[in-house]
Formats: sequence, C-alpha cells, structure tokens
Amino acid sequence: MTSTTEELTATSLLRFATAGSVDDGKSTLVGRLLHDSKSVLVDQLEAVKQASRRRGQESPDLALLTDGLRAEREQGITIDVAYRYFATPRRRFILADTPGHVQYTRNMVTGASTAELAVVLVDARNGVLEQTRRHAAVAALLRVPHVVLAVNKMDLVGYDEAVFAQITGEFTAYAARLGVNDIVTVPISALAGDNVVEPSTHMDWYTGPTLLEHLETVRVDTDPADAPARFPVQYVIRPQRGEFHDYRGYAGQLASGALRTGDTVTVLPSGRTGTISGIDVLGRSADIASVGQSVTLRLAEDLDISRGDLLAAGPPPRLTQDVEATVCHLHDRPLKAGDKVLLKHTTRTVRAVVKEIACRIDITAPIEEGGLDQHTDVQELRVNDIGKVLLRTAEPLALDDYRDNQRTGSFLLIDPADGTTRTAGMVGTTGLVTPDWPHHV
Amino acid sequence: MTTVTPTPLFHPTHLDALEAESVHIFREVAGEFERPTILFSGGKDSIVMLHLALKAFWPAPVPFSLLHVDTGHNFPEVIEYRDRVVAEHGLTLHVAHVQDFIDDGRLVERPDGTRNPLQTVPLLDAIERNRFDAVFGGGRRDEEKARAKERVFSLRDEFGAWDPRRQRPELWSLYNGKHAVGEHVRVFPLSNWTELDVWQYIEREKIELPEIYYAHERDVFARGGMWLTAGEWGGPKEHEPTERRMIRYRTVGDMSCTGAVDSDAVAIADVIAEIAASRLTERGATRADDKLSEAAMEDRKREGYF
Repeated sequence: MTSTTEELTATSLLRFATAGSVDDGKSTLVGRLLHDSKSVLVDQLEAVKQASRRRGQESPDLALLTDGLRAEREQGITIDVAYRYFATPRRRFILADTPGHVQYTRNMVTGASTAELAVVLVDARNGVLEQTRRHAAVAALLRVPHVVLAVNKMDLVGYDEAVFAQITGEFTAYAARLGVNDIVTVPISALAGDNVVEPSTHMDWYTGPTLLEHLETVRVDTDPADAPARFPVQYVIRPQRGEFHDYRGYAGQLASGALRTGDTVTVLPSGRTGTISGIDVLGRSADIASVGQSVTLRLAEDLDISRGDLLAAGPPPRLTQDVEATVCHLHDRPLKAGDKVLLKHTTRTVRAVVKEIACRIDITAPIEEGGLDQHTDVQELRVNDIGKVLLRTAEPLALDDYRDNQRTGSFLLIDPADGTTRTAGMVGTTGLVTPDWPHHV
Repeated sequence: MTTVTPTPLFHPTHLDALEAESVHIFREVAGEFERPTILFSGGKDSIVMLHLALKAFWPAPVPFSLLHVDTGHNFPEVIEYRDRVVAEHGLTLHVAHVQDFIDDGRLVERPDGTRNPLQTVPLLDAIERNRFDAVFGGGRRDEEKARAKERVFSLRDEFGAWDPRRQRPELWSLYNGKHAVGEHVRVFPLSNWTELDVWQYIEREKIELPEIYYAHERDVFARGGMWLTAGEWGGPKEHEPTERRMIRYRTVGDMSCTGAVDSDAVAIADVIAEIAASRLTERGATRADDKLSEAAMEDRKREGYF
C-alpha cells in the first residue's frame, strides 16, 4: 500500500526502448520488469498462469505478458512496436517494446525515435551478434541519449564475470566507433530475476545498479532552454467572435529552445520577422514557452502565416530544396533514384524526388569484416537498409541537422499514390560513423 | 514581464508532457483533415478528450463535432451529462442509435442482451453517412493487449476494418494521415495515458464527471462476477436477487455489460487512491465483453469497433 501511494507522487517520465530477439529473452525481461515492479495486475497474471498451464508449463511464463496478437501469428507478421506502461515510486515509464525478428531494423528505428534510453539485450552464451551491432548502430543513428547493454542469461554461463567482461569489452569498442560513449552494462538473468529489479545474490563481483535502478535514476535532461527556438505552426486559431474577434494565434508545440513575449522571430520560409506579443498556454497567458510545451503564439505584426511555416529564433535553420540525409528504409518496395515522394517535415508536406542513393551502410558486420562500410555502388535501398540519400524538394524547407534538433531534423517519405510511409529520414551529412559525404555540386 | 532567471528550464510533470502530446495530436488532425469527429460516450476518457480539445483550440470553438453511439442501454446520468456539456460548449452532436438498427432489422438483438458488440455497425454507418475522415477515440494502449500495438493514427479501410499489415510505422511525432476516399483514420490522442494518468488529470483540471463514477447506493444484482444495475434491457432474471450496495463504476458503457465495483470512494482523491491500490485492470474488473475470449478485443477492433 505504501508503494502504490508513493507511486502517485512520481511525476518524472522516462520513455525507453528495448531491442533484442525473443531468443535473447527480451519478452521475459519485459515481463519481469512489469511483474517485479508490480505493474502486472491480478487478472493479467491470472490469464498468463492459465495460458502457461495450457501449454504444460509449471510456473507462469512471463513472456506471455507481451505475447503477440492472433493476427500477427496468422499472417506471420510482427507489428513493429508494442507500448507498455509501468510505474515505480520513483518514476513512470513508457516502454517501446520492439520485436527482434523479421522487420528488425524498421522496428527498432520506430521504437528508438521517441526513446530517451535504449536497452540492448544480448544472450551471454552468444555474445555480440549481428543484431547486437545493428541495435547499437540504430541507437547511435537515432541519437538515443543513453544506451544500456543488458547481458542476459548469466545463469546459463555460471554467473561468470569473465564472460560478462568479454562481451561488454567487445560491445563498448564497437559502440565507441559509432560515437556512443555513454553506455551502462548490467549482467542479468531475466528468468531468474538477477539484477533486473532485485540485486543478484550470484554475482558479488558486480557492484553497479540493477537494470530498474538505472532506469529509475538515469538523468534525462530536456534540451537546454538556450537552444535555438523552433516552433512549427500547426494551426491558426481565429475565433472571429465576441471578445476574441481580432484574436489570431499560431498553435504549435515548441520543438526546441524557449520563446518569450517581446522576442523577435523569423517566419520561414518567407523570411519575414515578427515580435511575440502574447503566449497562451492552453488558455492561460504566460511570459515564456519552453521546449515540449503546446502553446499558441500571438505576434504584434499582421503577417501571412499558416500551417507548415516555422517560427525560429537564434541561429537560423537552413532554407533549402536540397536535402542530404541518412535514412532507414521501412517498406518492402525499395527506394530508388528518381522516385517521386511526399516529404513530411514537421507540419509541412512537400513533393520531392530522390536524386541519388549515395550509399548503403553495413550495420551488421564486425568492423574488421567491413562493418560500417559505406557501399556506394548500390542502386536502391531495401526494407531495413540504412543509407544516405540526396533529395530535391519542390519547395524550400527550413532544416536543422538531426544531431542538433530531432524534431526539425527528421522527416518521412510518403508514397503519393497510396499514402504508405516508405522511409524515415534524418537530415545531416555527418550521420553514422564517418563524416565523409560524397561531394555534390 | 517577470524577472529574468539565468536558465529557465521547463520541468514538465508527466501530466504536462501527456497533455502537450495530446494537444499536438488534436491540432495535427485539425490541420490535415476535412471532417473530424470525436467519439463521445460520456465516459471519462471521452470527457478528457473533449477537455483537451477545448484547451487545444482556445479561445476558438472546437473544430470537430461529437459522435455518440447510443446502445439504448445508457445510464440516464450519462445522457444528462452529455447533453449538458454539448449545450454548454455549443457543440454539434451526432447520435447513432443501435435501437434504430434493431428496429429495421439491420441488427439482431443478442441472446444475452448485450449491446456493446452491436455498436460497430451503427458507428461505421455514421462515419460513412457523415463522411468523417478522422475519428477520435479515447482508447489507451494500457487498456488491453490488442491496444498496446495500436498507432496514434490508425488507418481503416472502406469497411472500417483494421488491417495490421497496412498500419504504418509511426516515428517521432510525425503522423501520416494520408488515406483514400472512403477510408478514414482513427486517432487516439490518449494512447500514452494510463488509467491513473486520466484520473490524476481529471483531478488536476477539476473536470466534472457523471456522478456514477463516484460511490453511491444502488440496487444491483450479481452476474458473471460483477454488479449490474437492473434495467429494461433484461435483468435481473428470477434467480438473480437484487440488493442495495455502495458501488461505483470504473468505466461507463452499455448497462447490460458494464459492472460496478464495491467502493466507498465518494470524491476524486478516494478514487485515485482506490485505483492505485487496485490489483485488477479496469477492463478485467468491469467489462463482460472483454471476458468473452482471449482475443475478444482484437476481433472487435478488426471489425471496426472503437
């Protein structure tokens, strides 16, 4: 009762993603986190117990808590991400649980796109595998701020410190090549419960936090308020009635930085400038709006501003029709040079053409076997491929590099014919690994 | 202007973050769709949706209509609440009556008298007749296994059906609402909220709810492990004795399948304490229709249910 009451006071939120296949024990790990944090309710646990008994298992199979849908089993597909919610007295969690099989890269890119932390899971018996490298690369590519390597099934290697040290050494070296330096490594057994929620009694040599402890305490910084302000306009609010007859407000969510009344903002792509005369935070007047807040801005000047425009302060974004980006291709139909697409960037969607597939990046092989090499001889990017492309848009876009601003540096490529989301893109010439970018005129 | 502080970092609580995300979703739909509507049952999730929509477009009116699928077995307190809120905010309400479909033979009453599963046909009919292209639902991912994999923008074909193969990967906060004529998109602005979040938000925002959400005395009878309210829809049967108990509802749906729980929670703080301490999910505790089978929700969802 104490813990549930305390739970009410936890107001900090961590969004994180797990990556790994069923074989790594990911479902068991997720089930264990939910179960041991007492987030599994009686009726859910009862359903799992019944299903386990039907399958002839003695103890409840926690993996069943995250079992797939019948439609997935019937159609042999995996829906990319399942979201789980749990809370401890210290923090609330939104977990993007990404399946490891089939659409592996696509799934993890999707889950990692909103994550502040990624848990990469490996089987202690197998060590760093192709998909471990893939997961590390995706976390690096998506710039997930914190990475945790959880070495699972330690019970099956006799809780041997040397095994753990070997795996973490190899992983850390690979991750360093990707530019990921903030890595926490935890030896666990999801099945036995070692170091997931409760400290292990079998691994005295490990003195670090349990996985949950780390999740509860890792510092999640919001972007600094002194970052350049970016405000994509979603909608123009014009009541045209009563006391608000002349009210004209620009509704949106602040993508970065902070804006105050009196600040000068540049409207892009037009380039005109205006002064913020008022900030309404969902019906309440305020002097300042900060990153993440959904607000409505009023300007002193009468400017022509509509959905798709960007209000910016500080160092301006690039205004360009040529987009160089690192992309992850998400759809079965490959992406080729010459493809006509719709490019959805913040609140603006424009027509675009793929000018060039610059390279495909190998994110699965070990470094010494060509890992992270850029293959420039490719004609297309297939589903789950990571590569670099050059796009030309019909109208100029106000772009930041993804590394500087996730929200104004990311985009989707959409099929104009059927509306399918084909590709996820991250603006920037220095994406994965090497800063070298094929030179374009 | 206030005094300038060196680094005025905004430290949002989880409710601030959830609210900002939901408002963003409402505004995206307003910006990209022609004819959106909010599914409004008078249940707490739809009430929170409406509250968020009112805030998202203040001081302008909500640019969406409301749609209620009326099973004919509604709690009178909820209908009264619905009509009052609609009048107060000058909203447009569409009502699709399950009874009309039973009367003209398009639907057949189920032997158990439950009408929740019958809502899908009138819902899809209303969407088609009104040419709604975006339909806001109060579904949350924490409710149920089939919902855990639901997108914020969930594409439905011309039959209203949900095909897992056609669901698009959803990255960052970029929602792809492209759809063909005749198709529509279900939008779930409360996707990332939990039951507790919803209640804490109701408390923080002082949102009024229909009184059946709070503990009150009522004549009820036991069926299927739940307390049901007597009503014209077919209960209690002879072998089901009625008794007066202190109860409240955790969800509000069709009277024939929405059960009450024993409760002394007369105020919102009591409700929150009760939920935090509860070891049953709200659907497990109070929804007979979800107990039908392991994949009950999944099946109804594929057919076009909420």
